[in-house]
Amino acid sequence: MLSFIVRRLLQSLPIILAVAALIFVMFSVIPGTFASSMSDDGRSVLDAEVMARMNKEFGLDDPVYVRFGKYVAQLATFDLGTSFRTRQPVAHVIADRLWPTAQLAFASMLFAILIGVPLGFIAALRPGSWIDTISMVGAVSGLSLPKFWLGLLLMYLFALMLGWLPSFGYGGGDLRYLILPSVALGVAPLALLARTTRAAVLDIMNADFVRTARSKGMSESKVVRWHLTRNALVIILTTIGLQFGTVIGQAVVIEKLFSWPGLGSLLVDSVTLRDIPVVQGSILVIVLLFLLINMLVDVLCAIIDPRIKYT
Amino acid sequence: MLKKFVITTALALAMSAGAYAETPRKGGTIRFTAPYGSSFANLDIHTSNRAQDEIWAKAIHRSLYKWDANANKPVLDLAKEVKVSEDGLVYTYKLRDDAYFHNGRKMTADDVIWSLTRQMDGAKAYPGARYVRIIKGAVEVEKGQAKEISGLKKIDDLTIEMTLAEKVDPGFNFYQPMLSIYPADEASKDTFATKPIGLGPFKFVEYVPGSRLVAERWEKFYEPGKPYADRITISIMGEAAARDVAFRNKEVDVSILGPTQYVAYKADPELSKGLLEVAEVYTRVMGLNPNFKPFSDKRVRQAINYAIDADLIIKRLVKDKAYRATSWLPISSPAYDKDMKPYPYDPEKAKQLLAEAGYPEGFEFEWTATSNESWGIPIVEAVIPMLEKVGIKVKIKPVEGTVLSEVARSGNYQAFIWSLTSGPDPLTSLKCFHSATPQSACNYTLFKNPEFDKLLDEAAATDDEAKKLENLKKANAILREEVPMWWFNYNKAVMAHQPWLKGLQPNATELAVQNYEDIWVEASSPAK
Repeated sequence: MLSFIVRRLLQSLPIILAVAALIFVMFSVIPGTFASSMSDDGRSVLDAEVMARMNKEFGLDDPVYVRFGKYVAQLATFDLGTSFRTRQPVAHVIADRLWPTAQLAFASMLFAILIGVPLGFIAALRPGSWIDTISMVGAVSGLSLPKFWLGLLLMYLFALMLGWLPSFGYGGGDLRYLILPSVALGVAPLALLARTTRAAVLDIMNADFVRTARSKGMSESKVVRWHLTRNALVIILTTIGLQFGTVIGQAVVIEKLFSWPGLGSLLVDSVTLRDIPVVQGSILVIVLLFLLINMLVDVLCAIIDPRIKYT
Repeated sequence: MLKKFVITTALALAMSAGAYAETPRKGGTIRFTAPYGSSFANLDIHTSNRAQDEIWAKAIHRSLYKWDANANKPVLDLAKEVKVSEDGLVYTYKLRDDAYFHNGRKMTADDVIWSLTRQMDGAKAYPGARYVRIIKGAVEVEKGQAKEISGLKKIDDLTIEMTLAEKVDPGFNFYQPMLSIYPADEASKDTFATKPIGLGPFKFVEYVPGSRLVAERWEKFYEPGKPYADRITISIMGEAAARDVAFRNKEVDVSILGPTQYVAYKADPELSKGLLEVAEVYTRVMGLNPNFKPFSDKRVRQAINYAIDADLIIKRLVKDKAYRATSWLPISSPAYDKDMKPYPYDPEKAKQLLAEAGYPEGFEFEWTATSNESWGIPIVEAVIPMLEKVGIKVKIKPVEGTVLSEVARSGNYQAFIWSLTSGPDPLTSLKCFHSATPQSACNYTLFKNPEFDKLLDEAAATDDEAKKLENLKKANAILREEVPMWWFNYNKAVMAHQPWLKGLQPNATELAVQNYEDIWVEASSPAK
């Protein structure tokens, strides 16, 4: 097991380096600098001398290969650099935003799992029934709803019309503030989980070993518990792992809409203002989270299904 | 249009005056919004020139001057009086003796000198350096040739003498929040950028990056009885639709409106009662690059101004949330000429001018634009058929704001559309068209006109205010005639506010930036 984890971590290294190189190249070729972003509203003219000094201060007047060398050297010492905008270490800036994003991602996935998985099971156990039809129509709708629009709809309904929940903000730990953004973010993974669970369960229900179990006289509840659930769980867990990463990436829209102080809104602001060290750091952290979650899912799958080897 | 502006301004002033006639209530929470997209840069306002950051800075900090929205000019704030030498170059400020930082220490001349000198640190890139450069000796500090600004002297603990390098009104420079006065000792510490200490009406409590800033009443604020509110929360809300829900749900007290919301709010019998409208000092223009051959000919530039029905676009697309532009200086500028007429919509005249310039069949150009709804691609798309009618074809080059800024200052464009600051000081603003101003500063269209330069130089040198204004008006008229740009509109900023929020000021420099100490919250507010 340990060797498997170490191997997976080592396999992740080239991915991280490739992502780091890709982000660096992208932000080296696109026009605009942090200094020019300070005048993007046409409001406050920044004079050429200050802009030149700003570029020098942030090392942006160095040739690309020098900047890349410095960047790689920094990464090698686990230093993500200094934010142009806040003038604080990028690691601190990201750390401030990581917990709110984690809260949002966990809450939305919890919502998706608690509703999506049972719904998929019920739909699969009663194929063609009204509950199957409704849940699958709902799943398709959930997948196709734009998040921004859905978020606004939830705001109008639950904040403005019903007055049950606050429409925006972080709330400093008050869980009421978490509900609307996590539902808006969790609907798509919910829909996908419901569909995946249904398909997986239906597939397993027709498998030889399930037929054999039934012909031996095993009760339906035992068939569901021992055969369907355990076998479907591997597929469900894999989907959850992949969706977790997707949710972190898609949090950008929801965080901006709900004024949620997470990594997504930090990333958008940093791209707009060309705060490149923060962009690079944020993307690396998101990629790292994605890899870690998927590694965890692989380990769990192997524990659940011993046929899966740590290869 | 002008009539509308006069009525609007009168209403705004009446609202203000009316507000002061009421007895301000003490207590409550002001729930403000910061509507300009991004999170706050950091909590060191010296490092940012963005309106979004000025919104929080006005709660915590104070500068030598402040903007008096009702008088539409800068007035002394941290100084209680100023004496100006006969040559207009030496300003002696008597500082307030009742201004206390939020750590309880009294402000002194050292704090003012330290804060302004910090801006000129050559190793850093403080955006406020351009304003401090008017002080004699500031440039030497910037270049590392001196450690102290020679034109900034401490006479005693509460008196400073400022010698200017050129004759300008320093109020227009030193009211800027980015030139806030810091406590010299504390501001040198690393923690200052996360826990700011200022002289403003509210004391910093908490900042949740990307979400909100909270501050509470500073009991030792120097204006007696102010601030009225106990607390202020400033929520970062870049999404207009989300702001709209929050405002209607009474979760925030103010919201800056875009054109679509403006129409909806005006049509609503309740919401329309709480609209504050101001002609801000922003002029929306299409910059025309004279290095692109057709635009080097004045007749072609004039033809473009004749060919576009700006009134129609303002009405249909901008939803009347703008005033028609006649030239560069906006309606709220003291040098605005109310008798000046905009270019009328006259496609036939445009065709005639194009033919005279040697383009009877028209030509094609590339127009760089962002997606902004009031001065971006939606406007360009409306203009395209109008220009096609006179034979001019347009290719849109979509970019984002940061790129537009770079494109304009590098001259790497044929035409661009942008919203640019055209005030509050008309002289400073018109200097963007002086031939000595480089393109990388703000002379984006490389404007060069000896008569214009002369008028501006004379205006800068004279002590005669009437003559100065006359010169500036004439210079503005030259811009109208020479049309380095298509004069589109002046922004009408609109702030929706809840009925319980009083004392808002019609700030033409930026409506979202308010002096919070003058605002109070009535008991009907749901926020306690």
